[in-house]
Amino acid sequence: MDVFLQLTFSGVSNGMVYALVATGFVIIYKASDVINFAQGEFLLFGAYLAFAFIAQFGLPWSIGVLLTMATALVLGLVVERLVLRPLIGEPIISMIMVTIGLQSVLKAVVHGVWGAQPKAFPNFIPSGQFVLGGVVLGADRLLSIFIAGALLVLLTLFFRYTRDGIAMRAIADDQQAALSMGISIKRVLAVAWAMAAGTAAVGGIMVANLVGVSHDISGVGLRVFPVVILGGLDSISGAIIGGAIIGLLESYTGGYIGHGLNLIVPFIVLVLVLMVRPYGLFGKVIIERV
Amino acid sequence: MESGVFFSDYRRDMALRRLPLEKMRMAIFVVAVLVFPFVASNYWLNLANQIAIATVGALGLNILVGYTGQISMGQGAFMAVGAYTSGILTARFDIPFYLSIIVASLMSAAVGLLFGLPSLRLKGLYLAIATLAAQQVVEWVVTHWTALTGGTEALVLPAPELFGIRLNRDFSFYWFGVVIAALTALFVANLFRSRVGRAFVAIRDQDIAASAIGVNVFKYKLVSFATSSFFVGLSGALIAHYRTIVTWERFTIETSILYLAMIIIGGLGTISGSFFGAAFMVLLPAMINTLGRSLQGTAPELVALLPSIQQAVFGIVIILFLVLEPEGLAKLWRNIKDYFKVWPFSY
Repeated sequence: MDVFLQLTFSGVSNGMVYALVATGFVIIYKASDVINFAQGEFLLFGAYLAFAFIAQFGLPWSIGVLLTMATALVLGLVVERLVLRPLIGEPIISMIMVTIGLQSVLKAVVHGVWGAQPKAFPNFIPSGQFVLGGVVLGADRLLSIFIAGALLVLLTLFFRYTRDGIAMRAIADDQQAALSMGISIKRVLAVAWAMAAGTAAVGGIMVANLVGVSHDISGVGLRVFPVVILGGLDSISGAIIGGAIIGLLESYTGGYIGHGLNLIVPFIVLVLVLMVRPYGLFGKVIIERV
Repeated sequence: MESGVFFSDYRRDMALRRLPLEKMRMAIFVVAVLVFPFVASNYWLNLANQIAIATVGALGLNILVGYTGQISMGQGAFMAVGAYTSGILTARFDIPFYLSIIVASLMSAAVGLLFGLPSLRLKGLYLAIATLAAQQVVEWVVTHWTALTGGTEALVLPAPELFGIRLNRDFSFYWFGVVIAALTALFVANLFRSRVGRAFVAIRDQDIAASAIGVNVFKYKLVSFATSSFFVGLSGALIAHYRTIVTWERFTIETSILYLAMIIIGGLGTISGSFFGAAFMVLLPAMINTLGRSLQGTAPELVALLPSIQQAVFGIVIILFLVLEPEGLAKLWRNIKDYFKVWPFSY
């Protein structure tokens, strides 16, 4: 029973990190129907930026995190302006490939600037432990659940009540109708990319805190695909629940079966979901016969 | 010259090379390919072999992505199936390699058929993600089914031998690789003059319209997956025998991305584009390497950065092509030809 609870805890906390990364996907997909393959590299960039500001420049962590967020927002804006905007309306394969190109460039920049050696992440997140009913709860993991939860609430509120959030939903629903109502697609896309990069930076800091600052962080970008597909590509709450389910699934298969199966089970789930219910648990149902 | 040419019968209108100038260009290309190995150094022969093998793989992927419009991120997985099947057959069962590559290609086609099944319900983005999952699953099987593949250990193959000639040198392999690449190109060129190939194109352009005019969309999508995977598996098997060593690192998601980049930079849905893209993607890192090495004296710190520079250039090239010339090198080549069509009397 203890093992089960322990696995549940680590599964949920991993799942929340996934959920946070997945929201980055969802925001971009909602605004522009683009899947961002460079999301993992945004994480990587965020983690290394935080490392640079806090460990290399010796700034206090609060300022370091703020600067990381600010830089990530700017990065998102620049990427949208230079790479994505010229491709509005191009076929899907162009969109996929352009984000893959972006991924390659970002990875190369991080590699070139900081080298290939993994780094220790500055420990500003408290590392104490609580024991609750036989389960060891790491403070950093609890905090990551809390941060992810808070950000997700903020994002939900953003989509429900702010002008930009509603505009984003309108564009996702019908681009032409939104345009004719005077919504600026350019502005909305810029906001979406900035937000995705921002959430990815936070996610990057959290992942780096759990596993250290290394190039493996970008792998999370790939591992989040099952989450977004399961939850639905255009649903924030889907990202949270999908994240929790995939996190738990990985944790249980890793704990009870092993053999590295935890790396592959989410992808098998992904294929099954795609076959049965391609729009995911909470995605908007679009029936298109092929 | 090329302008003002009219045909009075279908046979000539349907020919692969219709114009005298086209025939001349083809002849020059063939002569160049034949002369090349006698004048080139081993370094260049090695690059040429890589290009020949990559061309086969790129043609295979182009059948699926460029002509049928089904995005696949499982190229690496299909190549792995081809490479490992052929490798295991020759290394463990002593089957001659010219038979094993055929078995490997068929095996890869079968696996392609299996992973093509989601395409019956999915398209576009969702299909891309499904094939990404297939890539992950195959990668996992290859690295974990140790009894069959040797897991993360390298699988070492005997040197390939054909008609008593050992193809273990770049010079001898060149002829084999080039012939296979040429046959593949010929097959693909003819495929798209047939009913099957035209059905692929119809599905790409408008799948609903295609089914309305009597194309069995399900069937032809699967046929496309199988044909494409056949050649992709073939190129995987060729790599295995060319290197005489198979390691799983060669067939990761990065490989899938590399090949997608090839056909996009070369030109989606063109045969010459597959060749241009393969050549470009093989030569680009090699050229950057040479350039970096030659600058070693003046800027030694540059050499340490070479891998990063290669990766950055790779990404930038993809982005630039997509933004500036989405139809790729094949289109650029066509522009050049069009320019000279009426030269010097262009208007």
